[in-house]
Amino acid sequence: MMRTAYLVALKDLRIELRSRVLLWQVLPFGLMALVLCGLAVGPDARQQSRIAPGLFYLVVTLVALLVINRSSQIESPRGTRTSLLTLGLDAGGVFLGKAAAMLVQLFATATALLFGTTVLLHVPVHAALVTLPIVLLATATLSAAGVLYGLVASSSSSSATLLPVLALPAFAPILIAGERSFSSLISAGSLSRWVLLLIFSLVAYGSIGVLLYGALEES
Amino acid sequence: MKKLTALILGPVALVTTLITLWMGYFVTPADKVQGELARLVYIHPAQAWVALYLSFGTATLASALYLWPRTRSVTADRIAAAAVEVSTVFIALTLITGSIWGRPTWGVWWVWDARLTSTAVLGVLMLGYLALRRANDDPLLRARRSAVFAILTAINVPIVHFSVVWWKTLHQGATVFTDNRHLKIHGSMAWTLLLSFIALSLDFAWLVRARYRVGSVSAANESADLEAALEARRTEAGA
Repeated sequence: MMRTAYLVALKDLRIELRSRVLLWQVLPFGLMALVLCGLAVGPDARQQSRIAPGLFYLVVTLVALLVINRSSQIESPRGTRTSLLTLGLDAGGVFLGKAAAMLVQLFATATALLFGTTVLLHVPVHAALVTLPIVLLATATLSAAGVLYGLVASSSSSSATLLPVLALPAFAPILIAGERSFSSLISAGSLSRWVLLLIFSLVAYGSIGVLLYGALEES
Repeated sequence: MKKLTALILGPVALVTTLITLWMGYFVTPADKVQGELARLVYIHPAQAWVALYLSFGTATLASALYLWPRTRSVTADRIAAAAVEVSTVFIALTLITGSIWGRPTWGVWWVWDARLTSTAVLGVLMLGYLALRRANDDPLLRARRSAVFAILTAINVPIVHFSVVWWKTLHQGATVFTDNRHLKIHGSMAWTLLLSFIALSLDFAWLVRARYRVGSVSAANESADLEAALEARRTEAGA
């Protein structure tokens, strides 16, 4: 399973490295969304700093939708999925591989956006640095859930519009947990329950993905 | 047995619902603090029970049965779809009746309360399920992907619940199943509340059964239409 995961992750990342969609399309979209959030809130630096964690996770969630869509599009050309199926790869491994590749892309984008948040929305640099492990956990959860929702939506001709409808409500708890933990770090509050919620979500999506990805692929 | 259920389920559900309404409006007294507004307790908690537990449970169980190769059947898929459709209606009713209670009590139609938010999020997930079913024409693809989505939604129920409960809550605590096992409701009010749970559960069963039958009939019609079209083509080719 791990060997399959490694190969699939490597394949997805190589495709990304060659196409550079993340660098030239997804990242600029995220930064633009962050700038627009700043404009919508107004020039009050204290107000911006207060709601920055929520805006940051909102933008990360929107960026995640693009990354998920991109990841499921890789297998969209006719016959690609069938070819993958005939290879007899372990379905759980394929799921883990796709999730790992998505995690690398999402975490890289989120880190860049976090830097943007410190500059544009006046978040203290130390809080942004300390929150990085939680961002990693949140993006891992988004990736595990995203691979599943991406595949569920991919069968339809209207997958680009269907994906947000399916995934955004499921991402709400991740957004809340991420925002609360980031705010707790800024205001020195307790964040253990939010980290626990993210870990539980990651384990739940990871287990369901390993178990059910095969059933989804076959359909 | 099936015919008997079909015959008695609808009338029994209707009569139980009417008795609940009669008891709620005319037998039970107004609440000391909330007055007439408290009568919503005879409908709102039972709606939430059907929307969030009974229908989610039915949809998840039916979806799991569909995904398990030994128990896979079109019946399980149709029951899951019917349960989700009915659940969506009950979620909307739960939010509407909650809002009607919230306006005079909290002063606003909507607050970012834990239960309201989690119910709304689950309602949107249910709409997603229905959108997913309509987005796929192939029945096998539709059934399998919907089943996986229903399972994903089921694991979301506790996640959404805890996230919003920890986030912010304003909603009142449990009335019947309190932590110290002391009932906060008594006499005719308690009996009417209990009856409302039975009545709405029966309504749910009746609606799911009706929706299941509509699904079966429309699937049969679709295949009959297809057969007729194929037959017409064969006749054309023969002529």
